[in-house]
Amino acid sequence: MLTEYSGIPIIIVWAIVFPALILGASKLFHPKNPTPVKLQTYECGLETQGDTWVQFKISYFMYALVFVAFDVETVFLYPWAIKFQSLGLFAIVEMFVFIAILLVGFWYAWKEGALEWM
Amino acid sequence: MEIFNTIANGLRDWLMGSLGFSATATEIITTAVWTLVAILFVMINLIILVWMERKLAAYFQLRRGPNRLGPAGFLQFPVDIVKVLGKEDIIPANADRFIFKIASTCAFITSLTAFAVIPFSEGVALLQNLNIGIFYFIAVGSTATLSLLMGGWSSNNKYSLLGGMRTVAQMISYEIPMVFSLLGVVMIAGSLNLTDIVNAQKNTWFVIPQLIAFIVFFIAATAELNRGPFDLAEGEQELVAGYMTEYSGIRWAIYMIAEYGNLVASSAIISIMFLGGWNAPFGLTFIPPFLWLMLKIYLVIFVFMWIRWTLPRIRIDHLMHFGWKFLIPVSLANILVTGIGVYVYRMITL
Repeated sequence: MLTEYSGIPIIIVWAIVFPALILGASKLFHPKNPTPVKLQTYECGLETQGDTWVQFKISYFMYALVFVAFDVETVFLYPWAIKFQSLGLFAIVEMFVFIAILLVGFWYAWKEGALEWM
Repeated sequence: MEIFNTIANGLRDWLMGSLGFSATATEIITTAVWTLVAILFVMINLIILVWMERKLAAYFQLRRGPNRLGPAGFLQFPVDIVKVLGKEDIIPANADRFIFKIASTCAFITSLTAFAVIPFSEGVALLQNLNIGIFYFIAVGSTATLSLLMGGWSSNNKYSLLGGMRTVAQMISYEIPMVFSLLGVVMIAGSLNLTDIVNAQKNTWFVIPQLIAFIVFFIAATAELNRGPFDLAEGEQELVAGYMTEYSGIRWAIYMIAEYGNLVASSAIISIMFLGGWNAPFGLTFIPPFLWLMLKIYLVIFVFMWIRWTLPRIRIDHLMHFGWKFLIPVSLANILVTGIGVYVYRMITL
């Protein structure tokens, strides 16, 4: 087994090869008989109306924006979590200040209704 | 498990000694062989889990479930695999063909790479000494969102698009409490390496000091896996099958393999982070560590299935409110309490 990260490319290659293998195996067996009706978009038997790729509801993207703030915070929290036992009281207070600043932003997003599902 | 390392070393000696490969080539071949073993492990688990899910669902609903092929219907799923191989691969005329084709493979890549870091007992993992262990799992696991959105968007179907969008909203929302709840464990263990975390649980499993984190993580993992009661992304009654509405045949099967692979991986992470990994409870050491871990993983999976087939699906606005306005504050409070708790504990003992 390779140490550290050098094994990851091999795993990714396998993860591409294995689905390709079973797709290839399936290709040998499965029938191929496309008809225009069969290739229609499935919408419970009705013909599809209008475009699918349209401008989409904003609420989904509001959540994504708040998510980015929290996700970046995580990157800072993990190194702290490993070392905080040896860093003493200062590190704990420091991190509480950091979380408090984030909570202010969270409270603002909450107050402004970014977390409401409309 | 000594046997795994013995086999690995034997293979290495054979390649280097008898066949005369260089050290690098030997390492590459050994890793490739172990990756194949991991794929086979996922497939065997898939067969057991699909049977288990159908049987349990049936018994929870006072039915019998599959009972014709093999003992208790166990051979139903292997036969289904053969059926799926012979099914026509339909790609809708309006779909974005390239993304539609690669989406299910991307889901499988995520599933398998997330597996790489999980140790199944002391030193048995594809990436053994990865010092960022759990962080790698979170990072790779979060890319699963992308493959589901690719499937949902490229189908050019309104149900699929809605399913894909819901998946994204749900998975990014529940990722935050999931990540925050693991922080508590990392703070106590003082390491991201999964082997170190298991070894730190020799005396007390982290489910006891981190009970709140355990519950938060379990709920968030249910949402991340798109399982009931959070299966809004593929809710049959409203969205047909969500992001995989247009998928058929073997591409659909690859999505299912990835989904059950993620289920095993998440259950393994719960067992390792909170339930003591391969440590034996009550000194029952005559059962090998690997079997202990598998027992715990299957216990967690049983609870996942139990919840899925017992609770009704919840509404999407309730889902988002629960994630953002309840789980995130609770998991943040858990970090603060754990920080103070560990500090006070160290003051008393040192």
